[in-house]
Amino acid sequence: MFVLAITAAIFLAAGGVLAYVLIRYRQRATDPDREPAQIYGSNQIELSWTVIPVLIVVVLFLTTARVIFNTESASKPASALDVVVIGHQFWWEFRYPKLGIVTANELHVPVSDPHHPTPTYLEMSSADTDHSFWVPQLAGKTDVIPNRVNVMWIDPESPGLYLGQCAQYCGVQHAKMLLRVYGQSQGDFDAWVAQQQQPANQDEASVEGRSVFLRNACINCHTIAGTVAAGRFGPDLTHLASRDTIASGAIQDTPDNLRKWIDDPDRMKPGCLMPAMHLNDRDLTAVTAYLTTLH
Amino acid sequence: MADYLPLTGAIDLTSAPKARPLVLEVLHGWVTTVDHKKIGLMYIGYALVFLVIAGLEAVAMRLQLAVPHNSLVSPQVFNRLFTMHGTTMVFFVGMPILFGFGNYLIPLMLGARDMAFPRLNAFSFWIAAFGGLLLYFSFLGGDGLYGAGTAPDVGWFAYAPLTAKVFSPGHSTDYWTLGILLSGVGTIGTALNIVTTIIAMRCPGMELSRMPLLVWLYFITCCIVFVAVGPLTAAQIMLSIDRYLGGHFFDTQAGGSAVLWMHFFWIFGHPEVYILVLPAFGFANEIIPVFSRKAIFGYPAMVAATVAIGFISLSVWAHHMFTVGLGPGANTFFTLATMIIAVPTGIKIFNWIATLSGGNIHFTVAMMFCVAFLFQFLVAGLTGIMLSASPFDWQLSGSYFVVAHFHYVLVGAILFTIFAAFYYWFPKMSGRMLDETLGKWHFWLFLVGFHLTFDFMHIPGVLGMPRRIYTYEFDRGWGIWNLIVSSGVIFQVVAIGCFVFNLLRSYAKGRIAGPDPWDAWTLEWSTESPPPVYNFATIPTVQSRRPLWDLKHPEDPDSNYEM
Repeated sequence: MFVLAITAAIFLAAGGVLAYVLIRYRQRATDPDREPAQIYGSNQIELSWTVIPVLIVVVLFLTTARVIFNTESASKPASALDVVVIGHQFWWEFRYPKLGIVTANELHVPVSDPHHPTPTYLEMSSADTDHSFWVPQLAGKTDVIPNRVNVMWIDPESPGLYLGQCAQYCGVQHAKMLLRVYGQSQGDFDAWVAQQQQPANQDEASVEGRSVFLRNACINCHTIAGTVAAGRFGPDLTHLASRDTIASGAIQDTPDNLRKWIDDPDRMKPGCLMPAMHLNDRDLTAVTAYLTTLH
Repeated sequence: MADYLPLTGAIDLTSAPKARPLVLEVLHGWVTTVDHKKIGLMYIGYALVFLVIAGLEAVAMRLQLAVPHNSLVSPQVFNRLFTMHGTTMVFFVGMPILFGFGNYLIPLMLGARDMAFPRLNAFSFWIAAFGGLLLYFSFLGGDGLYGAGTAPDVGWFAYAPLTAKVFSPGHSTDYWTLGILLSGVGTIGTALNIVTTIIAMRCPGMELSRMPLLVWLYFITCCIVFVAVGPLTAAQIMLSIDRYLGGHFFDTQAGGSAVLWMHFFWIFGHPEVYILVLPAFGFANEIIPVFSRKAIFGYPAMVAATVAIGFISLSVWAHHMFTVGLGPGANTFFTLATMIIAVPTGIKIFNWIATLSGGNIHFTVAMMFCVAFLFQFLVAGLTGIMLSASPFDWQLSGSYFVVAHFHYVLVGAILFTIFAAFYYWFPKMSGRMLDETLGKWHFWLFLVGFHLTFDFMHIPGVLGMPRRIYTYEFDRGWGIWNLIVSSGVIFQVVAIGCFVFNLLRSYAKGRIAGPDPWDAWTLEWSTESPPPVYNFATIPTVQSRRPLWDLKHPEDPDSNYEM
């Protein structure tokens, strides 16, 4: 805000002088037919418009430097929540190592009470190309770069859904690598954690769909905890049905959408890396039914 | 205005042969020429063609983004469009058009007969031109023209590891790499030529401190080229080694470094902004004094500020990398360096205002473009200061705010002064005046289009819209702003139409210009329009920075005041 005020003031001052000069010294019909007085420069005047900007820059720099160090060197409280963020083409993996939770695209964090802060520290890396984690209402962006771990923290103070998306061009579907951050009260967050820590639903009613899932290539890329499916290339599906969206926030998680998605992901998100599975109708219906039970 | 012959003996009065040469002879003449003026014109013509192509790519992108969830082009095609738009505008429009004017004007302004190395000049032009053609060759094949062929889709800064073989199979990235490599070779050749010309080819009396400011600005620009373009060219070779010879410089899957590429690219990439903007300042430095009817205010300070910009521009590159996580130390350093560059830039703006002040301002079309440039450059500089504060940048980097900011510089400052340069020097180049009425249409339409597009583009950036997305969701509130931004494009397209029509029409039947239509003061106006192959029948001698002022005002020459 301070920076904005200073730049606005400079604009008004310099722009005003410029406009005045243009109007005052424009060519008029009444001008005498000779050249105006030639002025070649003035050391005093030029010195003044060197020194004053230098002073402005010093002030701006010092305020900025203070913010940089306050943000980047902030010490981490013991009550902080740790999340490992892994960027993939074109989705987000979130792992909560201390809680034993793995999820995708929808990050749940507790809201932070100023008297008892519970910020979330994000330890970020990439599985493939560069990405950038950006939820504008929560924090500035931090790049997610392969072979490098970047750390940032977020600290939402009121509950709600915060939207964001990948902010570093990462390939064909960069535009639909969306991010959803759910700020939850401590109680709601604890309930969510308890639910995510449950093993995957093994209900016998959906045994047919489960067997379709397990005998197809699905298991090469996806994990469902408690089954042989342990792939890491795509999102963890253990609690898929508890999420609001699929395809990295691009599509509502409804049975109908899920069915279309499994049938041909490329039609809903062209260029995404999940192949069309070419299942017959019966298998498609069964596997969709199974996935909707994974609360 | 003035129709006398300013320098005695400067114009050859023997009449030229009248027979019209055959088309093939003309073509052969252009292809084999080593004349700096013809090469300059070829640079400008080639850049104009690419300006139209890359402009149409921008039009396609703005149509796609006008409304959310649009499906005019596929994601892949959109990615190709923005990659080609950026690459073309920087390497095959900006640099060639500026080098074109430089090639044409520098020997004339210095009172020389040609560049120092005419053959190197031709070589540099053709190698850079082949670079551009190679890049566009990628449109043939692959998915055909509608699918943009196998055009590169890695973005104009082509961050690793997206360019690695595994993420970018096929040859699209190779077209990009080789196109840039060739353009880099040509750029370095021309820069070498210009620097040598400035050092070695000045006419008697043309001391360094008497050179027109435009020549000084090209001198500094070319020095930056030496430092900045080398790393880019080296990085292209390293990338090719990665892709074809099993190297791992940028191959993160094998332990390479993505950040290394960013450093290489931006060590080139930020000085590149100054490579483009300094010649544009040079145009303003010539045009503003002539149409204020006053000498430039503070010539030594203008030179010193340029040298300072040249040095500082080499130490600001990592402000493109504030979000990479380089740590508070590096972020603070690059914040400071970036803010400091505002000081010499500010000196320039204040000196221009001081030049206008007390003058008698003639609002010709060239001058109108320069005035718009002053306002827009002021805004661009101030949003630049905002972005230099790295906490601001963490929020806005990679968003449409940044896109708006750099288009304010590239279009609002550089393209506007390039248009000014066309209106100012076209009479010298063609012998005929550009039409001022059409020029005013061009100016006002382009001004309205520019502000509709790029003023409003800041807003979705602040609202969280990242760049390089082919579509966006309904619920983000970006739709209305994008629609306004896209609507500005219509005005810009019509304006460019007026401009191109004006160029063609005036070339055929514009008013005859004469040697010195603007009553100007530098040496290029002392010879015929267009100048003969040898420029000056006798090499002129100068006593001050404004040799033609001295001739026109023998009672009060500049040489009395300059130190």
